[in-house]
Amino acid sequence: MASVVLSEAEKLYVVHGVQEDLRVDGRGCEDYRCAEVETDVVSNTSGSARVKLGHTDILVGVKAEMGTPKLEKPDEGYLEFFVDCSANATPEFEGRGGEELGTEIANTLYRVFSSESSVDLKSLCINPREHCWVLYVDVLLLECGGNLFDAISIAVKAALFNTRIPKVRVLEDEEGSKEIELSDDPYDCIRLNVVDVPCIITLSKIGYRHVVDATLQEEACSLASLLISVTSKGALTSMKKVGKGSLDPESIFEMMETGKRVGKSLHVALQKILDEEESLGTSRQKVGFLG
Amino acid sequence: MAAITMRLPVARKAVGPSAPRGSEKHLVAPGDTITTDTGYMRGHGTYVDEEKLIASVAGAVERVNKLVCVKALKTRYNGEVGDIVVGRITEVQQKRWKVETNSRLDSVLLLSSMNLPGGELRRRSAEDELAMRDYLQEGDLISAEVQSVFSDGAVSLHTRSLKYGKLGQGVLVQVSPSLVKRQKTHFHDLPCGASVILGNNGFIWIYPTPEQKDEEAGGFTTSLEPVPLSDREVISRLRNCIVALVTQTFMLFDTSILYCYEASLPHQVQ
Repeated sequence: MASVVLSEAEKLYVVHGVQEDLRVDGRGCEDYRCAEVETDVVSNTSGSARVKLGHTDILVGVKAEMGTPKLEKPDEGYLEFFVDCSANATPEFEGRGGEELGTEIANTLYRVFSSESSVDLKSLCINPREHCWVLYVDVLLLECGGNLFDAISIAVKAALFNTRIPKVRVLEDEEGSKEIELSDDPYDCIRLNVVDVPCIITLSKIGYRHVVDATLQEEACSLASLLISVTSKGALTSMKKVGKGSLDPESIFEMMETGKRVGKSLHVALQKILDEEESLGTSRQKVGFLG
Repeated sequence: MAAITMRLPVARKAVGPSAPRGSEKHLVAPGDTITTDTGYMRGHGTYVDEEKLIASVAGAVERVNKLVCVKALKTRYNGEVGDIVVGRITEVQQKRWKVETNSRLDSVLLLSSMNLPGGELRRRSAEDELAMRDYLQEGDLISAEVQSVFSDGAVSLHTRSLKYGKLGQGVLVQVSPSLVKRQKTHFHDLPCGASVILGNNGFIWIYPTPEQKDEEAGGFTTSLEPVPLSDREVISRLRNCIVALVTQTFMLFDTSILYCYEASLPHQVQ
């Protein structure tokens, strides 16, 4: 992860500030930076979203392709995640530098979405054991400004909300072979239900308290962080600890409670903004990348 | 309680010139021809190719009598003798420190240009060399003045005055060097309760005003006491003001920051 070097005095200033619930940019310990969310930015995908959280910039594209279901789950579709850390984000990601971080993020996303109830995979099935929809979710890190996991999970949820999968009809031939017919109408599509899609909340431990949405400077001052994924109803789907420091079990409980609270309000805010964007419809002025 | 705000992105509207300008600014991109008149001397940001004066950076053309130069909007810091800079130590070498100042090459701070604690003046011995790390470590922030510029553009710094030296607790904001206005003094004690150092290299340091001015410190002792909450609020507000001014590409100097601070008082710190 990209990091900045801070002097001891600066770190001390940040730690004391967190203890008094006033961070460097004036936020409280449980406040997020203002996020900008835009969907449908990439035209040749089934769904896409771009999220800007402070200096962190994430672009997610979802492509729906036909594939064969997995052997152990013959009547479900599945999701495939791929994370690309672009060299634009920080010079450390040049060449193969970003691969390690990319695989770590992709594995985390697999764990988060491994729960049965997050995405309705049965709706992605076309023919049991033969055909199903595979959703390839590609994440591109454009700029790294702290708190990557949260921004990525918000972008993935927004992109899945925006995904439109064309409706298919299965025609049975005389010989018994099945033919798949895609409907030509671009508006005739199925949308995914993203109500239960979890979002990742990163809680970084700084001093004796923990903060949500740490910037790069705050991440340099924290020794350990807890990543929890929370659904909109407040249920936890997965938990992961990162960092070389240790966490007390009591503080883990506190962090989980904070994470659940913050997670619920995050889902509410995200759903509101997605609905607002949806209601603007075709009259929405697309900002994209040149705005 | 948690406050999470999200918003839809808004295309940035092109801000028209608010104040009437005397003449239209001549904006150029790299490769644009400025003039084909050979009577002009070429300055920074230009080069001559086939009797034409061509710009090498993107910016506005400035003309002083017969000297034509292009002032770039976003560029790395180019050192000039006498500038005040705020830098971060990246390396501790044999008789000098390498300082990062947002320029093309790392600046150097020689051991002989550094004030010894106590303000004593003596020849630097071998023991001083071994104790270099006790004075300044990697990651420390210092304020210094540019002593000279090497031929390759690297800058040599010195802290030969008691107002320069290691910086203690505070907040660093990094902006583009072209936004910091050249002034007589860059150390400002703002009446709202914090002090600001506007480094010419774009590093701006905001810190709580020290109560007593002790002369012997020479900038080495850093107070490790926690900063009171009221000072913290002022510092956070100033930081947000500076960031807001930068997004609107305003020039930064003490009165502009002060006006912005006063305008932001009715709002919350966030």
